[in-house]
Amino acid sequence: ERGHGPYQPHEPGYGLDQPEYSPYEDEIPDPQARMLAIKNAKAYLLKTSTKSGLNLYDHFANILTKILDEQPTNTVDIIEDISKDVKWAQFRKKMDTLRDEHLIPPTFQAAEKYKALFVKEGGGEEEEDLEEEMGQPSLPNVMETAFYFEQAGIGLNKDESYYIFLALKNLINVQPIQTCRFWGKILGLEMNYIIAEVQLQEGEEDEEIAEEGEEIVGEGEKEDEAEEDDEQKEKEAEPPKSTYKPPPEIPKEANGTGTNKYVYFVCNEPGNPWVKLPPVTPAQIVCARKIKKFFTGRLDAPVVSFPPFPGNEANYLRAQIARISAGTHVSPTGFYQFANEDEEEDEGADTYEENPEFEPPPVAEMVESLATWAHHVKGILKQGRCVWINPSQKSEENDEDEEEEEEEGEEQQEERGPPLLTLISEDEGMKDIPAWTAKASTDLIPKYSVAILQSNRWPGAYAFASGRKFENIYFGWGHKYSPENHTPELPPPAQAEFPSGPGITETVDPTVEDEMAFKAAQEEALAEAEEEEDEEGEDD
Amino acid sequence: MEVQSLPAALALVASGGTGLSPERRAALGASLPLVQRDYRFERVWFWGCIQGVRGTYYIAEGLGPDRAAPRSRLYSLNCLDWSLLTPATKEMLALAEQMKGRFQGDPSFDYSLSEINAEAAARLVESGKEPVMKEEGRLVATIELIDRAVGIVPRGAFVKTPLGAVHENRHFEGLPLAEAKKLSSYFHLTEPVNLKNKTLLEKADLDPSTDFLDSLEHDIPRGSWSIQLEKGGAVVVLRSLLWLGLTFYHVPMTKQFGYVYFGTGEKNLDLPFML
Repeated sequence: ERGHGPYQPHEPGYGLDQPEYSPYEDEIPDPQARMLAIKNAKAYLLKTSTKSGLNLYDHFANILTKILDEQPTNTVDIIEDISKDVKWAQFRKKMDTLRDEHLIPPTFQAAEKYKALFVKEGGGEEEEDLEEEMGQPSLPNVMETAFYFEQAGIGLNKDESYYIFLALKNLINVQPIQTCRFWGKILGLEMNYIIAEVQLQEGEEDEEIAEEGEEIVGEGEKEDEAEEDDEQKEKEAEPPKSTYKPPPEIPKEANGTGTNKYVYFVCNEPGNPWVKLPPVTPAQIVCARKIKKFFTGRLDAPVVSFPPFPGNEANYLRAQIARISAGTHVSPTGFYQFANEDEEEDEGADTYEENPEFEPPPVAEMVESLATWAHHVKGILKQGRCVWINPSQKSEENDEDEEEEEEEGEEQQEERGPPLLTLISEDEGMKDIPAWTAKASTDLIPKYSVAILQSNRWPGAYAFASGRKFENIYFGWGHKYSPENHTPELPPPAQAEFPSGPGITETVDPTVEDEMAFKAAQEEALAEAEEEEDEEGEDD
Repeated sequence: MEVQSLPAALALVASGGTGLSPERRAALGASLPLVQRDYRFERVWFWGCIQGVRGTYYIAEGLGPDRAAPRSRLYSLNCLDWSLLTPATKEMLALAEQMKGRFQGDPSFDYSLSEINAEAAARLVESGKEPVMKEEGRLVATIELIDRAVGIVPRGAFVKTPLGAVHENRHFEGLPLAEAKKLSSYFHLTEPVNLKNKTLLEKADLDPSTDFLDSLEHDIPRGSWSIQLEKGGAVVVLRSLLWLGLTFYHVPMTKQFGYVYFGTGEKNLDLPFML
């Protein structure tokens, strides 16, 4: 740095250390040295930066010009920002002749999708005809429900609620639907799910049963082929056959009953096409109870877990929806009653109907006592179904193992869950946390307040009641609350090996001495045999 | 989130399903400016609410001129009467981390420490106090833990002046959409932990005025944030999976951003199993 000339008066070479020249004098005898110093300084300031192409001299000139033009207050405090602004201004000039591709942000595509929701369907005449033929499918008043839930602080953005309203209307127009309800929203990692609970009309459900019949026939054929192969192979020596018999598969409940009472449609965003979720099997529910996984938002994503979940994310979602519905769908006590007045413990107690003589209790009472609310969805048993079935009844195919299965049948006792319209005050809490929390939406205006129930077992499940109106909804991640940490299931114990027998038991190898002794004994016997024949044997 | 932008912000965060009822919103609009006047805060943020079994706590934070200084926290049960919480000490933080279970909703509820941490209980007994921890203490410690773990701001929203104080950046115009989708554009608004561990090459690219905080990229466990673009990119919403209920929103290319917590105040310790 000291290579270039003196810039400042105190540096040697400037000329001021000479006896006549002092830095405090205004006039410098020899102006040349000072001019040289000034030129050197300016040359240094004009040096162009290798990184940005700017130089300090021009930069300072621009800063001072800007400051003098704009005259901001407290300039010295914001001088660094001003310097940055000037630098940024320099960079704006693009000397490229290439133009940037006009990026279409995804915002516009989404806006188009939402706009499409607002299209009014069909002509007026067609609508009237349809309404006369079929019973009018009931579109739920999503906005009204959203209003009541909003009194408790629960719910989505009004815009989003309206989009969902329109999307449900589209769903009803497309699918043959009898009743429809907005079930709730489940959050996922990449995308969320909006879920509609639907009851299809009578004829549609039979189609699905026919499809399943075909699948079962296919499996039966495969089993026959396997048996033929086995018979051929029996001639060769085979390793011992495994005596493992997987536990009999518990059949899923028929559509329209139990866990499959409703059909669920999901979509990621209102405006996307609705996808129907497959019916749920008891095996899926049993497995879903043991795992805890976030939803990604894609229905075909695999669920990687232990125990391995039989299905992909669509099945896991359906299983969680079934569990949440069974655990948290409640209504004011007395709103629903049984169709026939027989004992509630019959297995046919799946149907209920509205009670026309229902008198809604006042909101204060609904908040005070949990006995004013009742479940209207049957709870799921440990087996994974709402109605217990004895798996050993299906032993027609395997004649050999009847004895074993009868023993197992005796061990499995019939499971009985709580009857259908149980009061929620009978729900057990966890440790010291009650299963439900009830509160009124407002204390200040009791006349118009709404009774709100929050579930503590399934955080995110809410219910409200106001007079004759009530509704359930779910907003959350789709998992049950457990006060303990989730412990994954341990792998099963190692399966028993084959029973010991002479064929597969290891014996100790004979030692060298034993072998030599055996060999010697053999040769002696041989030698004796040869001597008897009057021949002389030779030892090896 | 700021009090003035509360209605718009709540609308953007509502996709998680939880929000505030109109009564509470109106009460907040009336009471938070009074809090700002009484305590002479420069900024008051509505932090969110923690749902207890029997009641809900609504939390507000007050900030002074240096936004990185320890914040004052206030709680209320009805959004009208606010009480200041005493700042959390290290022991309170350590105890609160070990406590499990929901909040009760009663600020004077006593948690018996002998079940949770026998040593701390013994120490308290020796010093003559009862081995209990009040729910207020657990509340303030939980708020502090949540802020430290998942309180986030976009990159460039805050600047550090040469004197060390942290201010809002008046030149912040919002993140562009491409940047808003990346986890590295968001910072934790607490003391940085990972900054010193960066390589020299990375540090050379940092701008000391805006890059003085930890970014979300290296959060453990990986994948503990869920980024979603809503309305086709009109809003970026980040949800924390470690503290379920914390939602951060930002409208790209505008100055709107903020985070709020609506939840039960429990850490999601099952996160590694759930990913």
